[in-house]
Amino acid sequence: MSFNRRRLLGLEELTGEEIDLILNTAESMKEIFTRQVKKVPTLRGKTIINLFYEPSTRTKSSFDLAGKRLSADMMSLSISMSSVVKGESLVDTAKTLEAMGAEAVIIRHGIPGTPKLLAETIDAAVLNAGDGAHEHPTQGLLDMYTIREKRGKIAGETVLIVGDIKHSRVAKSNIWGLKKLGAEVRVAGPPTLIPPEIEKMGVEVYYDLEEALVGVDVVNILRIQLERQEGGFLPSLREYTELYGMNQERLQLANDGVTVMHPGPMNRGIEIAPEVAYGEESVITDQIPNGVAVRMALLYLLTGGEQIEETTN
Amino acid sequence: MDYQKEILNTEEIERALTRIAHEILEKNKGLQDLALIGIRTRGAPLAKRVAEKIAEIEGAEVPVGILDITLYRDDLTTIAQQPVVHKTEISFDVTGKKIVLVDDVLYTGRTVRAALDALVDLGRPQVIQLAVLIDRGHRELPIKADYVGKNVPTAKEELIDVKLVETDGEDMVFLQKKDKQ
Repeated sequence: MSFNRRRLLGLEELTGEEIDLILNTAESMKEIFTRQVKKVPTLRGKTIINLFYEPSTRTKSSFDLAGKRLSADMMSLSISMSSVVKGESLVDTAKTLEAMGAEAVIIRHGIPGTPKLLAETIDAAVLNAGDGAHEHPTQGLLDMYTIREKRGKIAGETVLIVGDIKHSRVAKSNIWGLKKLGAEVRVAGPPTLIPPEIEKMGVEVYYDLEEALVGVDVVNILRIQLERQEGGFLPSLREYTELYGMNQERLQLANDGVTVMHPGPMNRGIEIAPEVAYGEESVITDQIPNGVAVRMALLYLLTGGEQIEETTN
Repeated sequence: MDYQKEILNTEEIERALTRIAHEILEKNKGLQDLALIGIRTRGAPLAKRVAEKIAEIEGAEVPVGILDITLYRDDLTTIAQQPVVHKTEISFDVTGKKIVLVDDVLYTGRTVRAALDALVDLGRPQVIQLAVLIDRGHRELPIKADYVGKNVPTAKEELIDVKLVETDGEDMVFLQKKDKQ
């Protein structure tokens, strides 16, 4: 099994075998965190650029750390400083970055499909760090890595994703990936936040959270994106918490030893109660280093050389 | 013309490893601070076997670890697909230890160079030594083995094929030459 891609736009395009290879590579990368020198020379001399058109703290810093631990030269472009404010197009910006010698570009953009446009424009490797409501593949992979690490396997586990499925690229990437590795996936949320025809992705839809929780091994609680609630999808946040907020009492309905995840940042007291967020079922703080390991694996796998050379002994 | 010649059979591999175990103990004056680290893939089972032999001789265990050197290779930019990374499994602190690196074949020396870099990232060993089952010559770096199972003069276009029970189902070493297709 080998990985022969120069771009990662989403988990929809990957095979189960490729996902397994990424997760296995991430496991090897995570060992590096336990060393005295938490750095390997693998990507020495390679330039990787973080191109973020949307605010991000954890994804951006996670990619930054991942690249640094592989010895790549990391550059971050903060959009308020860039030529976008002077009217430069995405394609022109990308071409400029490539001319500077970037081997890989990590892009986050509010418009779905932007990473694809970028990948079609430049030769450098392209990694999607979130594009609109389309996909957020590295979050999906780190969630899957965390499930595998905590539960020993993904196939056969029942995973419930709660919240705003409609606007969530995290939910989409999780569903694509989990289904490919044989998990059962349920989604639960208010009808206004469940996209029509989501069943076609192979998930079970629930509008009643308590009903959805019965028999569940993993609960992934999505952030209510307060900035996206202008459209009147929710009568009020208080009603959301009342019906879909995860608290200790509701969590009891799930299987014993249920694993609780949240991609962060959390709105504590809205979609997740503090006692759940910091409870013993929670693996939310484990998700952070796992994110760095998964991103190291991807940066490594996507930035291969160009010629084929046989190696023996 | 294709050919395949037997270099070591099962018994000869066993005897070579037993001798290496004795030599390691002799050179290090016992097993104080000693630890073995096998380089993936076939160095790993070899290190384990040498450790078992040392345990038989001395009646005490030596720590054994596995090192994956993929991330330290110097040819990553010239290979089209990135080689699969496996896990380094070293559960002890290497600082202050007498480390014996174990590999199946010593050839250009580039694997050992990568292993040395990887090892010093884990800590500061007291000394690092090298044990190999086969030394086939053609070094490209100033690296020499401390313990050698067998020296085999080879031509560059030849190949040493090491098979071990743990990875290949049998213990054998062959010298091969395959014509280019």
